[in-house]
Amino acid sequence: MRYLDEYRDAELARRLLAELHRTATRPWTIMEVCGGQTHTIVRQGIDELLPPGVRMIHGPGCPVCVTPLSAVDKAIAIAARPEVIFTSYGDMLRVPGTRDDLLALRARGADVRVVYTPLDAVRIAEQNPDRQVVFFAVGFETTAPANAMAVLHAADAGLANFSVLVSHVLVPPAITAILDAEDNQVQAFLAAGHVCAVMGWTQYEPIAARYRVPIVVTGFEPLDLVEGILMAVRQLEDGRAEVENQYVRAVRRTGNPAAQQAMTRVFRVTDRMWRGIGPIPASGLRLADEFSHFDADLRFATADIEVTENAACIAGDILRGVKLPTDCAAYGSSCTPRTPLGAPMVSSEGTCAAFHNAGRPSTVEVS
Amino acid sequence: MSVDPVAATCPVPRAETERVLLGHGSGGQLMAELIDEVITDELGTQGPLEDAAVVGVADLDLVFSTDGYVVTPRFFPGGDIGSLAVHGTVNDLAMRGARPVALSLAYIVEEGLPIDELRRITRSVAKAAAEAGVQVVTGDTKVVGRGAADGIYVTTTGIGVRLEGAYPSAAAAVPGDVVLVSGPIAVHGMAILNARADLGFDSGITSDSRPLHRLVAAMIEAGGSAVHSLRDPTRGGLASALNELAAASGVGVDIVEKDLPVPARVAAACELLGLDPLHVAGEGCLVAFVAPESADGVLAAMRNLPEGVDACRIGAVTDAPIGRVLARTLIGSRRIVDMLVGEQLPRIC
Repeated sequence: MRYLDEYRDAELARRLLAELHRTATRPWTIMEVCGGQTHTIVRQGIDELLPPGVRMIHGPGCPVCVTPLSAVDKAIAIAARPEVIFTSYGDMLRVPGTRDDLLALRARGADVRVVYTPLDAVRIAEQNPDRQVVFFAVGFETTAPANAMAVLHAADAGLANFSVLVSHVLVPPAITAILDAEDNQVQAFLAAGHVCAVMGWTQYEPIAARYRVPIVVTGFEPLDLVEGILMAVRQLEDGRAEVENQYVRAVRRTGNPAAQQAMTRVFRVTDRMWRGIGPIPASGLRLADEFSHFDADLRFATADIEVTENAACIAGDILRGVKLPTDCAAYGSSCTPRTPLGAPMVSSEGTCAAFHNAGRPSTVEVS
Repeated sequence: MSVDPVAATCPVPRAETERVLLGHGSGGQLMAELIDEVITDELGTQGPLEDAAVVGVADLDLVFSTDGYVVTPRFFPGGDIGSLAVHGTVNDLAMRGARPVALSLAYIVEEGLPIDELRRITRSVAKAAAEAGVQVVTGDTKVVGRGAADGIYVTTTGIGVRLEGAYPSAAAAVPGDVVLVSGPIAVHGMAILNARADLGFDSGITSDSRPLHRLVAAMIEAGGSAVHSLRDPTRGGLASALNELAAASGVGVDIVEKDLPVPARVAAACELLGLDPLHVAGEGCLVAFVAPESADGVLAAMRNLPEGVDACRIGAVTDAPIGRVLARTLIGSRRIVDMLVGEQLPRIC
């Protein structure tokens, strides 16, 4: 496949890794922000091929993982209503709420449907005028433009039976929160390539300057990640702290203005609770007042839901990169992808699931 | 009423211990647990789970298998529920080294199904059976009320006779065996996903559904009892098939990721949907564990037939870690290939 195979070339990977081994003279700790990058790193075993001392810690960029428990419980409460067709991206369905998940709800008769794009949810609403169709609008800046388009489309069509349960989150405030934490160990970031394809990287320039931290916009294929790590290590070794772009085939400095416009019209920045991390100021998106009649939270009055997180789950420490999944007592025993205690074990982008699916901790020697 | 011990001790919902979920049918870990903890437990069945059973009758080794077919959509590029019901059961018989002889055919039809559609499906059954050289010798038709089934469900049961010198079993693999696959993997599953109208793109993928018993006969002729284990990776994909064989034989399996035959279109569609081709079903390929001294001969025999023309070597059977499948990754590291957990859910981004 063009644009894929050339970024999976074993010989090129070996050369880049050799260059990385020559470049790194000291221990460095680098965080990849996005869950898709974590998935590639663990699946390909990239972290096991790094120079001694160069350590990857896995960031909070799994949209499924950081969606707050209250939003999941609200989704479940709404989906349980008989008049509702609840639509969602697939991997939200298995995220455990306080008592239930959406898949189990579906098995008991709720009308819960997987869609591949929010526009499909709008279409379902058009086809079912006597039902209330709700779309679970989660994710980072990557999914926000399409979700905004769905709301704009529904507004144009005058759809009274469509609404969205919004729990969008933004990357730059999360990076800032990690850097502000007292126990922060991260010395450089690989920024999420697809988020930057939408937003560009201007938002990251003040962060790199203020915190003296290198940020490399990085793609998702094995070679992207090895090259991104190499670029970050070069900056660290040189004492530079710049925003660099590894993912040149997809990302421009100013991003995608049309996508940003749709987001700006439909959403407003708001404080947001991150599952496992806690509240981060100005770190999420809510519907603008002009579109509040599409807000499922208001339409179904789900405001007062009591939530309880599982006490054994250390998802917060994992999402901040302070601990590894293998540091967790529940990992692999009471918490598996089959019976997840926390969201990072659910999505294939979740750090815990990525580790578990790759069979870690492994007693097998890496050759 | 007794208290469910799981619910009593665990604060986390374990709904799948109470009700069957769709994921229980996806050929992965959930399904394995359901079969183990409910079905074989109640039946008192022992021994490894095989695609088909060998039953000795007088001095004849009969091979016996049954399978239900519920595919949506019922007609898809490369086949339909009728041809699939023939190929699937013929292939289950073949995986025990059998020459298929006869099939039964049972329909559960939902009220309202166009009779013309029932005719088309039955015509497809007849054509597939004739091409495979098996006869449909008995059957049953039931009609249930609207909403009690989704159009039509088809069950076929097959009997066959074991080929001379053929003893393939899930439990017969030994360290040193070569791992062969007969052709492209993950094709049927992606054709079906693509045929569901809601994907919004056309990948042009056609199902690989086809009978494999002639391929197996050629392999047995070339390798005889050196053909240790055979399995057609249907639901759960190659990952499930390899894990099941590794567990049943008490061996490890090493595969090389770059040697996996994944057609470009299938790989592209998997990328787009965030699916792992190792977890996606095929209906026209098999995986074989063959003693090393016979592997070249068996491979050559496979490549002589249209259904095995793309046959290739993807790895080897090892002595440890037992029950585990390891893959050498594209960049030269290693990872464990696990079974799919439950339902295959596309990723968000």
